[in-house]
Amino acid sequence: MIMPDAARPETPAPSPVPAPGPSDAERDELRRHGILLTSIHELANWGRSHSVWPLQFGLACCAIEMIAASMARFDIARFGSEVFRPSPRQADLLIVSGTVTKKMAPQVIRLWNQMPEPKYCIAMGACAISGGPFKQGYNVLKGIDRFIPVDVYIPGCPPRPEALLHGLMELQDQIRAGRTAASRPTVKAAQASGDYPVPDFGPEDLEPPANPAIWQPPALVRPDKP
Amino acid sequence: METPEQIQARLAARFPAAAVTLVPNPAPAGMAALLVDAAHARQIAFFLREDPELKLDYCSNATGIDWPEKEIVETTRSTLADPAGGPPRTIEQKTKRIQPGYLEVVYHLYSMARKHGPVILRVRTGNRTDQVTLPSLTPVWRSCEFQEREIYDLFGITFEGHPDLRRLLMWDEFTGHPMRKDYVEPDDYEWEPTPHEEVLEKAKRHYAAPEKEGTP
Repeated sequence: MIMPDAARPETPAPSPVPAPGPSDAERDELRRHGILLTSIHELANWGRSHSVWPLQFGLACCAIEMIAASMARFDIARFGSEVFRPSPRQADLLIVSGTVTKKMAPQVIRLWNQMPEPKYCIAMGACAISGGPFKQGYNVLKGIDRFIPVDVYIPGCPPRPEALLHGLMELQDQIRAGRTAASRPTVKAAQASGDYPVPDFGPEDLEPPANPAIWQPPALVRPDKP
Repeated sequence: METPEQIQARLAARFPAAAVTLVPNPAPAGMAALLVDAAHARQIAFFLREDPELKLDYCSNATGIDWPEKEIVETTRSTLADPAGGPPRTIEQKTKRIQPGYLEVVYHLYSMARKHGPVILRVRTGNRTDQVTLPSLTPVWRSCEFQEREIYDLFGITFEGHPDLRRLLMWDEFTGHPMRKDYVEPDDYEWEPTPHEEVLEKAKRHYAAPEKEGTP
């Protein structure tokens, strides 16, 4: 059993200060009467969520599905994400679409470092999530979340374009709710220290093989012995 | 196109010093390969490319094979007459011999000009440890360049005369040659939800068997 991120012991969040404004239920009630209450923050998130520009960056067969998702049949433009940018400086979203080999991993992290904030990451396909069928091999990174905070994981080998669209809609929900990976305390701390460290090539593996600030190996919990 | 036997006979006549042998192929295709010695490999390759009959101007594939050291048990039977007049006894004698290992490069050659092929060319190294240098055939067929780099990367065969011999797939700092049979990959096992086969063996090594209920 893998302990979810939230269950890990972390520094307790500061006690929530009661919001001065109306609650969500009250605002929904007001909206029904034609009165829209919002904040600049919410407006900005709403805008961000509808113009997520992905980086034009493909790694393996998942990239073919990503390209299909951008074409007319699936049409990622319906969600405001049709502008695939060739430069990381202009991109908001890194879709890690495919197998990340250990040789490629430093370049992926460098691209991530070059993207301006706010930025989001989708791990697309079994390889980007965990190494997939190549997990037990010697040359494939066992998941990009070792080095980059991932917002949405899309399983599949490869995932259908619909799955990518669903993942994008999930990301939009997260952006609107302000629940992206960047809001996790561990990621906040890692981001505050600057760039994400780019690993070096070692004689057998990357050095270090993971960024301990944002990723810890899964803790094995036996259900019969808590 | 000439059969491999005919090509072998012509090569033997043209290069009397070279050792050219036929390696039979038991597969249904039955395409026998020409095994040439490393010292004459490039000469023979040039000949195969320039010969007007063959004109093998395209190398479609170059790959490596690792043949580890193999123990071969040979059984010899001898009959021994019984001095008492009974039926003769059969005695089996087993002898073991070690067939030394070697690395091999296989080239698949076609002719664009003559529209025939393939002719399969094999070159073997002396052993798997220190005599692993072979002549590069990149000067003969340009398409061998990346494939010989890949063989160098994954099998550790050094190609003499290669214009740019670097690792192709793994990074430069990487040590080891992963496609060799005796390559031991780094042990970076992680928890798996449904381990099986080799992964199960790894899982057993990393996690001791759980204590059985009721045992003290």
